[in-house]
Amino acid sequence: MKQTPHITQLPETKEARSRFRNTIGKYTIKRSSRCISCGLCAELCPYGVHPRYEKFSKPLRPVEHKCIGFKCKENDYYCIDRCPEKALTLRLNPVLETLGDYRWTAEMLIAHWEMAETGNLPVVGLEYNLGCSGGGFDKIRFRLPDPADYRDISDEEIDLGLDLNKRKDGRPERRLSLPCYSGGMSYGSMALTALVGRARAAARLNTLTCTGEGGYPKEFLPYADYVITQVATGLFGVREETIQCAPVIEFKYAQGAKPGLGGHLLGDKVTPEVAAMRETVVGSSLFSPFPFHSVYSVEDHKKHVDWVKEVNPRGLVSVKVSTPTDVDMVAVGSYYAGAHIVHIDGSYGGTGAAPDIAKKNIAMPIEYAIPKVHQFLKDEGIRDEVCLIASGGIRNAMDVAKAIALGADGAVIGTAELVALECVRCGNCESGRGCARGIASTDHELGHMMSEAYTEQRIVNMYMAWRKQWCDLLRQFGMQSVRELVGRSDLLVHLDYLDEAERARYQPAPRQQLII
Amino acid sequence: MPKKYQIHTQTAAPRFHPIGKYATIEFRENCAGSCRKCVKKKCVYDIFKENVLHMSAMDEPEYLYTCMSCFRCIQECTKGIFSRTINPDYRTLGDEYWRADTLHRIWYQAHMGKIPVSGAGYRGPFVGPGFDSMWTDMSEIVRPTRDGIHGREYINTSIELSRRITRLEFNPDLSLASPVPPIQEIPLPLLFQPATDLVINEHVLLSAAKAARRLGTLMFVRPQDVTEALRPYADSLIPCLTRDDFKEHGDMIQASRVIELADAPGIETVFEAVRRIHPDVAILVGMPLDARSAGRARDLAKTGVDSLHFTADDHGNEREAQTPRFLKEMIREIHLELVENAVRQRINLVFSGGIAMAEHMAKALICGADAVTADLALLIAMECRLCGRCRNGLRCPVELDQPFDTGWGSQRIVNLIGAWHNQLIEVMGAMGMREARRLRGEVGRSMWFEDLERDHFGPIFGERKVSGLG
Repeated sequence: MKQTPHITQLPETKEARSRFRNTIGKYTIKRSSRCISCGLCAELCPYGVHPRYEKFSKPLRPVEHKCIGFKCKENDYYCIDRCPEKALTLRLNPVLETLGDYRWTAEMLIAHWEMAETGNLPVVGLEYNLGCSGGGFDKIRFRLPDPADYRDISDEEIDLGLDLNKRKDGRPERRLSLPCYSGGMSYGSMALTALVGRARAAARLNTLTCTGEGGYPKEFLPYADYVITQVATGLFGVREETIQCAPVIEFKYAQGAKPGLGGHLLGDKVTPEVAAMRETVVGSSLFSPFPFHSVYSVEDHKKHVDWVKEVNPRGLVSVKVSTPTDVDMVAVGSYYAGAHIVHIDGSYGGTGAAPDIAKKNIAMPIEYAIPKVHQFLKDEGIRDEVCLIASGGIRNAMDVAKAIALGADGAVIGTAELVALECVRCGNCESGRGCARGIASTDHELGHMMSEAYTEQRIVNMYMAWRKQWCDLLRQFGMQSVRELVGRSDLLVHLDYLDEAERARYQPAPRQQLII
Repeated sequence: MPKKYQIHTQTAAPRFHPIGKYATIEFRENCAGSCRKCVKKKCVYDIFKENVLHMSAMDEPEYLYTCMSCFRCIQECTKGIFSRTINPDYRTLGDEYWRADTLHRIWYQAHMGKIPVSGAGYRGPFVGPGFDSMWTDMSEIVRPTRDGIHGREYINTSIELSRRITRLEFNPDLSLASPVPPIQEIPLPLLFQPATDLVINEHVLLSAAKAARRLGTLMFVRPQDVTEALRPYADSLIPCLTRDDFKEHGDMIQASRVIELADAPGIETVFEAVRRIHPDVAILVGMPLDARSAGRARDLAKTGVDSLHFTADDHGNEREAQTPRFLKEMIREIHLELVENAVRQRINLVFSGGIAMAEHMAKALICGADAVTADLALLIAMECRLCGRCRNGLRCPVELDQPFDTGWGSQRIVNLIGAWHNQLIEVMGAMGMREARRLRGEVGRSMWFEDLERDHFGPIFGERKVSGLG
């Protein structure tokens, strides 16, 4: 029996404003001392760039990230031209040069902050589907659709469900309402409010989040049906009851950002709470070895899978591996060992801490691994019995769609959720007191910079904005379900594989020399 | 089991304020003055601590070396007047190969002796020229080797610079008939070759020589640069001699474990004369890396040479070519030429030029090198900014042209190489390799951009219409 989706209507989006006093936008608007507080700009701007309180005559600082910039010039409400005192100046925000990188550009970050704030796609001209990496997803496009294929249906009619159990083995046939779920983030590495907020968002969205390796805090229990228990190589915090309460148990063999390497939680971060959760000693560094010391063969792996299946007769089993050359064989081995979900994590994925040399160099990008595994599973005749999940460098809604068209059933998202919480990808998650923005920190001050409600709503908003993109894409190709998109690589083109004339029909790959 | 090779690092702070990536900007007209909530006072990383007075007397932008890019100062400034930009000096730092971030990373490693570690995912381009178009492999199937912090096994990074015989012969009485060459081994696949066209003086060389001794590696040096102060380090030096002048440097040959002879027609005829001076010395023949290298390597491998040393330009490119090939392709060509002629096992190949990161060392080995050399990186470890002023006879901004503490200089180099060595172990561990010697030419432990595109995108997208990296 297929379970019906938990939600029949879409979760509500509502404004979840930035935690910070000054938001970062593509443009800056400065108001000079010539301003006479006439209030005309506030009256004119339909985007709310110039807020003004009633009974308060002084102008407030412009809400710059709402400004649509120079394209507004053609409108009769263009504040720069209409200001009687010429007190306003508009320019590209110079700070953008110091924000973002080749994979997550400044515009992609800003756009995701906007989506998380509003639940809508940005109205400001921002490129949020493509980065500047010059390869992989950034060079792959969906074919120009045939207008005749367009299917005029509403977003609510479109099915974005992801089936996790295709084995027909009597275990629950769980269907998520989104083609993605959240990646593992450990207790102790993240602010608890962020973790619980993610779980709350997963419950509202009828998707899943994952404990990571840090154990299962009791705050997750109200959302237990939406929380994956991760069993990683250190086995920290893994107990029978945390396996029994989980709908999915994820074996983490490797992580894309640091494949073949173990984890290392510094002693300073092993606080009494973390130590209690991980059942270890306060202040003592914790190593997660690579790989499982109890797994030396696929038969050993099967014993692991059998073990959790025995402990939790209703649990589904996911196996997370990274993307070496033999990832296809690993995937097949995982299937035969009994896994419901094979989760491949590409080399450009996120992490709380990893050697830079590993992030850049070890294992293959996910764009190559997806078609490799998809095809191998097809050749083995077992593709329809496995849920293939991709992660590692999947940044935005269109990356998810491209991954699905390349052959994945769905994706696991980590970094984008953190970006929704206003992560700037500074990469200092692990240093000193942890994340200065209060996301990946358990510091007594930094770890309390945001609330569960803020986290929940921002993440819900972002996925609802993504949903709009997915629905739009499916409509264009005449599809009603995202499952029709799986493996439809015929709908994709790669700019480097097109003739020049054909290539000119597609959006070129953004090129920008960034200073990193 | 031999004693585990470990490099002991120790923090060695820079002598000069390094060029930071960011500069702050303040639109002062609206600043409240010494605001009690000034974001500089609240910086989580306390980076403004040094110049606290600056807060009330902001004359010029602050060039931030240690800014961690959290953006909180920008987003929390009460007046919204605080911003930042890229430091103009940072923009001009280095060149297109030795990029500013490469220099920063070398400085960090030389300072701290630690592997650069960060959160979030990879931030760079999907693929890049040179070594950036290959990935190292790992496996969930092949057993990984674990060293370093996990310490269960020993990953051996030592290599030899002495020649090998491919088979042993025995006398009728079963005594060994084959002459076995002496073994010259160094504990890591990295040698030093200080750049001769930048600052080169006794202090620079002494710092590098001291570091070479501590690390157990060797340093190429011109005989004219060997001063009295360097002579005690002779067993860590590789004097670079020629067919014409080697007889004048008999004392150096006697004191060295390895010497280099510049390639020249008939160079093999002087090997015997060199070995008469020092029978156990290993002989390298040095030559520029160019189109003739592979053929020359094949010919020399059949002589009594121990190792060959090829020098590319500073960017790792082939010399004297209109469209120069990169080190990666050149190493493959030479290595495969020797493999095809069944002489690869006899000798060792050392490559210089363009080795700027730890990953270059691992990838060069995968391509077929036995060892590489650190050249510009040695100077950069001592804070060199590659400004090139020294080439024009101008003063060095970090005063490497003045006497300095060579203990500090050697510690900076040891720190850098210690960090590189740990990174080599990390990638070898992931690959399941226990020996650097086994990594040589092991392309099966790597993935190349062209192959991945052809194998995985080819069946989907058809024929690739763009050459190179696209």
